[in-house]
Amino acid sequence: MTDNVISPSVAAVRRPPSPPKPWTKTRITGHVLVGLWTALIIGLLYFLYSAWDRELVDKYAPTYLSGLWTTISLVFASIIIGAVLSIPIALGRMTKNRIISSIAYFYVYFFRGTPLIAQVFLIYYGLGSFSKELQAIGLWGFFREAWYCALLAFALNTAAYQAEILRGAIRSVSPGQWEGAASLGISKFVTFRKIILPQALIVALRPYGNEVILMIKGSAIVALISVYDLMGYTKLAYSRTFDFQTYLWTAIIYLLLVEVLRHLWDWMERRITRHLIR
Amino acid sequence: MDGSIALLGFGEGGWGWSIASGILVTVTLALATLPLGLAIGFFVALGKQSEEPSVRLASNMYTTIFRGLPELLTLFLVYYGGQIGIQQLGKLLGYTGAIEINSFIAGMFALGTVFSSYASEVFLSAFRVIPKGQYEGGYAIGLSYGQTMRKIILPQLVRIALPGLGNLWLILLKDTALVSAIGLADILRQTAVAARVTKHAFMFYGTACLIFLVLGILSSFAINGIDRWAAKSGAKR
Repeated sequence: MTDNVISPSVAAVRRPPSPPKPWTKTRITGHVLVGLWTALIIGLLYFLYSAWDRELVDKYAPTYLSGLWTTISLVFASIIIGAVLSIPIALGRMTKNRIISSIAYFYVYFFRGTPLIAQVFLIYYGLGSFSKELQAIGLWGFFREAWYCALLAFALNTAAYQAEILRGAIRSVSPGQWEGAASLGISKFVTFRKIILPQALIVALRPYGNEVILMIKGSAIVALISVYDLMGYTKLAYSRTFDFQTYLWTAIIYLLLVEVLRHLWDWMERRITRHLIR
Repeated sequence: MDGSIALLGFGEGGWGWSIASGILVTVTLALATLPLGLAIGFFVALGKQSEEPSVRLASNMYTTIFRGLPELLTLFLVYYGGQIGIQQLGKLLGYTGAIEINSFIAGMFALGTVFSSYASEVFLSAFRVIPKGQYEGGYAIGLSYGQTMRKIILPQLVRIALPGLGNLWLILLKDTALVSAIGLADILRQTAVAARVTKHAFMFYGTACLIFLVLGILSSFAINGIDRWAAKSGAKR
């Protein structure tokens, strides 16, 4: 009986050769598509190589770097401000008080239902037209600067999205967790901070990552209100040189930025869900 | 303030007609983009769940690239890049005149690629919900792959994917506002012109926001209606 059992190493040796892969229609299509992508990428790289212009790079590479920094700092600041604002909004959405919850609902509905670009224009040009009134209350210095207006619009916008993420995450934690903590005599605030929030954040991590990526991509529109972020400097460089490689470099930078963030988020998610893997 | 309300009217000195034409452009663009995006998205989703690794690779590259680029940049890439590409092609064919590409078409293609890369993810997750037995059942009664897809998988797929696609439609509607940057006379551009001329910027941009809100609310009604209609034809559970 035991003689018939083949040890794993022997089985590996005796395995018959895998059947030849036929060139099916799908396989040919796939190879053609990959070939097209490769050709496109090599073509673009060749274009960038042949169009390499020392003078152009020397002139515009520093501006691209400072533009990238503007993009990153704008997104980072608005995400942080938005995160702070989102807490009262999320609580407002969940409260039983009809008036507060409907105000929070309309806030979220407005900022999620209108284009970000229209909100930016509304704040920058719209509020800018009340310059006299704003001067009277001393806020004109804030609203005169396109950068601050963009920051305000982005923070208000992302607050609405983050409030919904937070609300969904908190609701995903079962009510039994609240009841269990209450039966141990733990106060509501401590329950929220020590029991609900850590569980909710696991659920919220992925949507938060998506929100950061959406903000980075959305931040390109500040170029339209004369903020010189990465896109703004790109537009400037293109309007001066009419050289298409200005846009291609920007595309590469944005792609790298988004991919790095995406992989960072995957890594974070793997790390904080280690205890859930069995 | 009384005089400024008249600016939104349709009478003498009112900007009503110009904004109405902007609404028409926005809605037409979104409606024209939808079938393009859905069709590409569906085929990319098919590619992503293919057994052939090279097809999967090609489809995944498509999504990675077009979901990673800002929508505005995609729009500029298509608009300016397309212009340069067509001009080169024209030169090759011996035509040296200036060729302008239509900003509507450029907007349609740019928004369509962005839409399709998101739609492919929605379709893919819908495909994963449909059990393998549905395909096997189709083959067992002698249907070909295409017939199984059309008659068995697609009707179920649409029902599952509908909520996700509804969200994407709302996002598309908002993204159309970006085409004002390449000179298409949509809602935002028409209100911007009115704002610059009349100096009532807050009112006109506020109006633009409200119009987008109303379009979104109307779309939600339509999506709910389609959802109910689709649920009716599904199996009772």
